[in-house]
Amino acid sequence: MAWTKKDYDDIPGTFVFDGRRSLMGWPLNKMCMSLNDEENREALRQDVEGYCKRFDMSDEQIQAVKDLDALAMMRLGGNIYYMAKLAGAYGLSVQDVGAQMRGVTVEQFKEMLLEQGREEV
Amino acid sequence: MANLIGGITSSHIPAVGIATSKGLFDDPYWKPFFDGYVPVRAWMEEKKPDVVVLVYNDHGLNFFLDQMPTFAIGAARAYDNADEGWGLKTMPPVPGDPELSWHIIETLVKNEFDPTICQEMKVDHGLVVPLQVIWPDADDWPVKVVPVAVNTVQHPVPSAKRCYDMGKVIGDAIRSYDEDINVAVFGTGGMSHQLQGQRAGFINKRFDLDFMDKMIDRVGELTRLSTTDFIRDSGSEGVELIMWLVMRGAMGDKVTLKHANYHAPISNTGAGVMVLEPTE
Repeated sequence: MAWTKKDYDDIPGTFVFDGRRSLMGWPLNKMCMSLNDEENREALRQDVEGYCKRFDMSDEQIQAVKDLDALAMMRLGGNIYYMAKLAGAYGLSVQDVGAQMRGVTVEQFKEMLLEQGREEV
Repeated sequence: MANLIGGITSSHIPAVGIATSKGLFDDPYWKPFFDGYVPVRAWMEEKKPDVVVLVYNDHGLNFFLDQMPTFAIGAARAYDNADEGWGLKTMPPVPGDPELSWHIIETLVKNEFDPTICQEMKVDHGLVVPLQVIWPDADDWPVKVVPVAVNTVQHPVPSAKRCYDMGKVIGDAIRSYDEDINVAVFGTGGMSHQLQGQRAGFINKRFDLDFMDKMIDRVGELTRLSTTDFIRDSGSEGVELIMWLVMRGAMGDKVTLKHANYHAPISNTGAGVMVLEPTE
């Protein structure tokens, strides 16, 4: 068994969600998808580990969710659209998560976005 | 016969839905974005579409990784919106036009495009936000919708050219539909943005403006872009721009630009809105 090399693999700081990542992230993303229901969001907040175990997640994936470590989740096959639901369960926005992954404060992240909008082209 | 009145491109980001619900039209952050929609609303008022064929992607409301169709078309009388997990207001069900849906499906399959056919399907912010921002004051949705969902979540996603070619057939289907109605096509999503990885927050204004220019009369340069070109130059989620090409394909070879506006950033993205009409 071997994964075919892709021409997008070397784009820096970018996790392309393909078959390899989808297979790896399946239980993590399935847990995140369940958070469309408020009842499940509450169950997660009450007992993160217990809730994650229902989905057969790996110990590393469970730890990443406990730490709300988005980059670790990406490395373990997380998909950002489903992870957004996890962020939502804790009142975090995609900008909070983006800043965390970029390694800057949310203020710096927002300023960086504005800067790109001001660029002369 | 149905009249294909034109096509719109629009952002569909959740923050736009939230800002629309809050009426932040004159807020300094939002004004340059919302002002770009004033001419779109005037165009809708003048052209009065009965149905919108709306090309979007689902972000985890109806479809999940268990079953992910590359192309899916709704064929229902109505489509429910629902909780997506992070606090966007649930909007009223969107009315469908199943007869037109089936005519488009039949035309596509006859022309060797084989979409998944959905008689029950929830629609997320990808479909609802563009309607909301164009008709913010409507108590009820003023148009029926034919949802066309494109997989932009799990790679491989369809190529730019495949999307454009499918759009051409959708255009033919609309023009051959035997009912005297006005139909518009929306291509939603984009423009450049990246939500994930250490490159999160990447926007490419130059790419976006160039893309909008080429949408008018150099679309051949856009259909040659590969998925990797999109990821590299417009960010991992910028690949949503392939959905604009479905709309562009439906318009036919020549279009007239009626309106365009670009503003960045809105949330994490470059936001482009265009109104195109097919040239007779």
